[in-house]
Parts: sequence; structure tokens; C-alpha cells
Amino acid sequence: MDSIIELTGVDKIYTVGSVDTQVLFDINLSFEKGSCTSIIGTSGSGKSTLMHIMGTLDMPTAGSVVIAGQKVNDLDANALAVLRNQTIGFVFQFHYLLPEFSAMENVLIPSMIKNWKVDRQTLDKAEKLFDIMGLSPVKNYLITKMSGGQQQRTAIARALINNPKILLADEPTGNLDSDNSDRICNIFRNINQEFGTTFIVVTHDTRVAEHTDRVINIKDGRIESDIRT
Amino acid sequence: MLSFMIALRFLTSNKLQTAFIILGIAVAISVQIFVGLLIESLQISLVNSTMGNAPHITITSSRDDITIRRWEQIVAQLDRYNVVEAISASASGNAYAEKGSAIKPVLIRGFDFDSADQIYNISEGLYSGRIANTRNEILMGKDLAQDLELKPGDWVTITAPDGGSTTLKVTGFFDLGISSINKTWVISNRDVAQKMFGYGSRVTTIDITTNNLFHADVIANLFKIILDNNDIKIENWKQLNQSLLRGLEGQRISSAMIQIVIIVSVAIAIASILAITVLQKSRQIGILKAMGIKNRDVALIFLYQGFLVGIAGALVGVGLAFGLLQSFISFTTSDSGVPVVDVYIDYFLVVRSWVIAVLAATIAGLVPARNSLKLNPVDVIREG
Repeated sequence: MDSIIELTGVDKIYTVGSVDTQVLFDINLSFEKGSCTSIIGTSGSGKSTLMHIMGTLDMPTAGSVVIAGQKVNDLDANALAVLRNQTIGFVFQFHYLLPEFSAMENVLIPSMIKNWKVDRQTLDKAEKLFDIMGLSPVKNYLITKMSGGQQQRTAIARALINNPKILLADEPTGNLDSDNSDRICNIFRNINQEFGTTFIVVTHDTRVAEHTDRVINIKDGRIESDIRT
Repeated sequence: MLSFMIALRFLTSNKLQTAFIILGIAVAISVQIFVGLLIESLQISLVNSTMGNAPHITITSSRDDITIRRWEQIVAQLDRYNVVEAISASASGNAYAEKGSAIKPVLIRGFDFDSADQIYNISEGLYSGRIANTRNEILMGKDLAQDLELKPGDWVTITAPDGGSTTLKVTGFFDLGISSINKTWVISNRDVAQKMFGYGSRVTTIDITTNNLFHADVIANLFKIILDNNDIKIENWKQLNQSLLRGLEGQRISSAMIQIVIIVSVAIAIASILAITVLQKSRQIGILKAMGIKNRDVALIFLYQGFLVGIAGALVGVGLAFGLLQSFISFTTSDSGVPVVDVYIDYFLVVRSWVIAVLAATIAGLVPARNSLKLNPVDVIREG
């Protein structure tokens, strides 16, 4: 199978003042198109940093990152922005929705970044996503008027609006109760199967990892194990 | 357009803060416009009171006999130009006016009444009696008439320096608002003056008003070239009112300084407030960047915010300025209903101030726009 993300010899060192802290050591990973992977590890193991690098939100100190055939190390800020907008969808532990906008507007923003004018097809897609997320009745609510579970599902709908090839989720159920967590996991699994989206979730919740086909365990910035189920 | 929509939403989502920014700009701009209009009105009032009933350019003789030859030719030549609003040739001379035992030195101004009236507004200044119609009739300044205790219809004897006397009928009194004129002027028929002073058919002065008071010097120089006549002197009001011009220039500079200081303070205030909004909205900006918004579009959000508060603040400011002016007029109007300062509304100044305020607010948006470029989405996400 073709790989959609390839990390080769990735190191990450943070420098604070004169102190260097290395959080990732020589990471070599490849993710196939349409795969469903979880990255697990304890707090501070470097799993979130790895996800930020895969999402082009952060750059590796050494090594190369290739996403959808593009070597991100060589791209400028604008090209990275386009890559993020059109290839990658993010879901974070905190929903990071814009409180000034309604759920529908939040979901449409990535599409408006791509193309200011929202066409009928995109609107239909948004409606469908709200339907899948069970949010149709609250789609015009302001974010602040929604529950935590609704906010997180809105964030997932937003991540999917531009039909990204990759969906990166960082502790997406970290703030949710077990019912909502299961619901989110099922949504992810369905999306992966229905749209063929490559799905990578960073979590320390083993129940979330159980829903994926591959589990990568990171410990102290190194790959401890890489198991395909 | 997305940037504009986000800018608008950021502003409307925090209404109180936005209202304070707009109010801050409005107060500053209203003071700027109010001060600007007031100083300009004071200048216009000052110029009007000094120059309102006076010629802008005066042509006199440089010959010993103080008379201008072929003056009809000069008048006809200059009258062809559009810049000339009114032109009047007069025969003037010093004399004495005598009524009973009272004798006063006077300046006889022999006018062609209709053309002189366009310059000196004599008929408007006539407060008692009527216009002089015949050769033997004259008008007198208010103070002079009081000194000689005259009333309309009285006869006075005018004695020229060579001793020749003429008795003339005073038909009316004028007040031209300038003490020296009211105290000395006697307005007579030009022919009478020419005869009285032995000028023949010549005149002593050609008075001109132009359509541009402040370019009178340029026009006067042009006339010198056109006429090319060594027998005459051409002077303009600016030469004779240097101290007034210096005062006006001083006022103009101080007004400009006040306006610059206000605009700079507004720009600094907007820049600081919008810089704070970058901090307030750093989470939103971070997540927009994670979603792929380009740096240029993020910067535009803050430029649009500056532009929008600038437009709104300046509009409210113009309204406040007119309110301030109205209050100023009602507070400073005397019991007789005459305002201390005649306020002239210079719409160009108002529009210019509005445009400068909007530009300053937009430019002030550059500071937060620059700050927003430094914002790294991963820092926002890591902080949670």
C-alpha cells in the first residue's frame, strides 16, 4: 500500500535558554493510505510532539517528513498552510472552536479558508457531517451554548469538511465521559471506513486504541513497540 | 473576505470593548475637527473684519502730482480678467469739513458710486439717510458725523488745501466697521473731487477686489507685468498687513500641530488596544493557522479591525464635533443673538480629518497585524 506519511530519522530538540531537551529520537515511521493507527504512551513521552510534526504545526530538528508526497521541510509558510488546509484535519483534546461563530460557521471555516465562497456541495457535506455527528438540531447554536460532547463532535465535523486525506486526533476523548468517548471512537471508525481517511489518534486511553488497526507505543521519545492488530 | 468577516465578528463579539475603542477615536476626532473648524473660523472672521470692506489690490500714482493718467485704459484692461471681481477708480484728497464752529480734517473719496459700492459695501453700511444722488451730495462716516454733530440733510463746507471751498449736502451716514474710515471719510461724486483738487479728468487710486483674497499678491504681480507702467504703484493687501499674515500663519501652524498630536495619540491608542486583542484572540488565531489560514489573511484581520473602528469612530467623531460646535455657538452667543465667533463649516476639513482618522486607524492595525504573524499555532495548542 502507498504511504501517506513518512518520517525518516526525526529528532526533536526544544531549547529553553541554554538548556536543550530532546523529546524525539530518530523516529522512522510510515503510515499507509486509509489506515487507522493509534499512538499511545505516557504523559511526556513525546507522542503529542510527534503528532504536531506530522501535522506540520511543528518542524523536526533533524530528519525528514513527507506528507502526501510533499517533503514538508522544503515548504514555506504559505505552502504549509495550504497543505494543512487541504490535506490534514485536526481534532484536539480541547475543541478549539471559535466562540464568536456558530457550529455551522465553525465547520465551514476551513472550506472558506480554501475558497471564500461556500458552494452547494460543501453546504450539503456540512449538513451530512452534522447528521453523522447527531448535531443537526444544534448546528446554528453558538459554540458556547453547546455541551462538551457536542463541541468535540463539531470539531470533528470541522476537521472533515475539506475531505482531508489525513485526520490527526490528539487525545480527542480526553475531556469526555465514557459514553461520549465510545460515540467519538465509533464515528472515527466509520469515517475511516466510509471516506478512506487515514486516521491517526494520539491517546493514553487503551479503549480508544482498541478501535484501531495499529498501535504504536512511544516511550521517552523512542518507538517502544509497533503492533498491527 | 474571510478576514473581513472574522474581523467584524471579533469586534461585534466584544461589544463593550469595541464601543470604548470607537468612543475613544470619536472623542479625539471630534476635538480635532472642532479645534480645526474653530481656528479656521477665527481666521476667516479676522480676515473678513480686516479685509471685508477693503480692496485687495490698490493702484496709485508714483508721479509727484499723485494722479494716474489714462486710468480709463487701465480699468478697461484689467476689467477683462476673470480674477477681477470689482474695480473702482477714485479721486481722493485731504481737506477740512466745517459745520458751524466745528472743523475736522477729512479724506475726500471721489467715487463712481456704483463701482465703489461693490468694493466698500457702502449702501450696506449706510445706517442713516440715503445714498448721494447728485453732484452736490455727499456721505459721511459715522464718527465724523458725530464729531460735527450732523444730521441727514445738513450742509457742510469742504475746504481744499489750496483754499477753495465748496458747500455740499450730507444725505447719509455710513458705518464700514473700521474706525479710521468712519472718522475721516467723506464720499463724494468723483467729478466734484477731481474739480476740488484740480486733478482734471485724472484719478488718484484704482481699487480692485479679486476672486482670491489669498492670491492677491500673485495677481498684483501679474498686473504689474500686464500694465508695464512706471507711473503707477501696485500694492496688495498682504504687503500692508504683514503682522496679520504672521498671526494667521501662527494660528495655522498651531492648529496643524494640535491636529497632528491628536492623530498620533489616536493611532498609538488604537495600536495598543488592538495589540491587546491579538493576545485576547491568540487562541482563535492559533487554531485558524492550524486550519491553514495564511499569515497574510491573519494580518488582514487586524488591519480590517483598525479600518472598521476607524470608520465608525471617525463617523461618530464628526457627529460629536458638530454637537460641540452647536454647543459652542449657543454658549457664546450674546444676548443680542450675535455669536462671538462666526463659525464657518469647512467640509473639506471635515472630510480630510475623517479620511486621516480612518487611515491612521488602519495603519495602527499594522502593529497587531505584525504581532499576529509571530503567533505559532503549536504554542496555543500546547498551552491548552
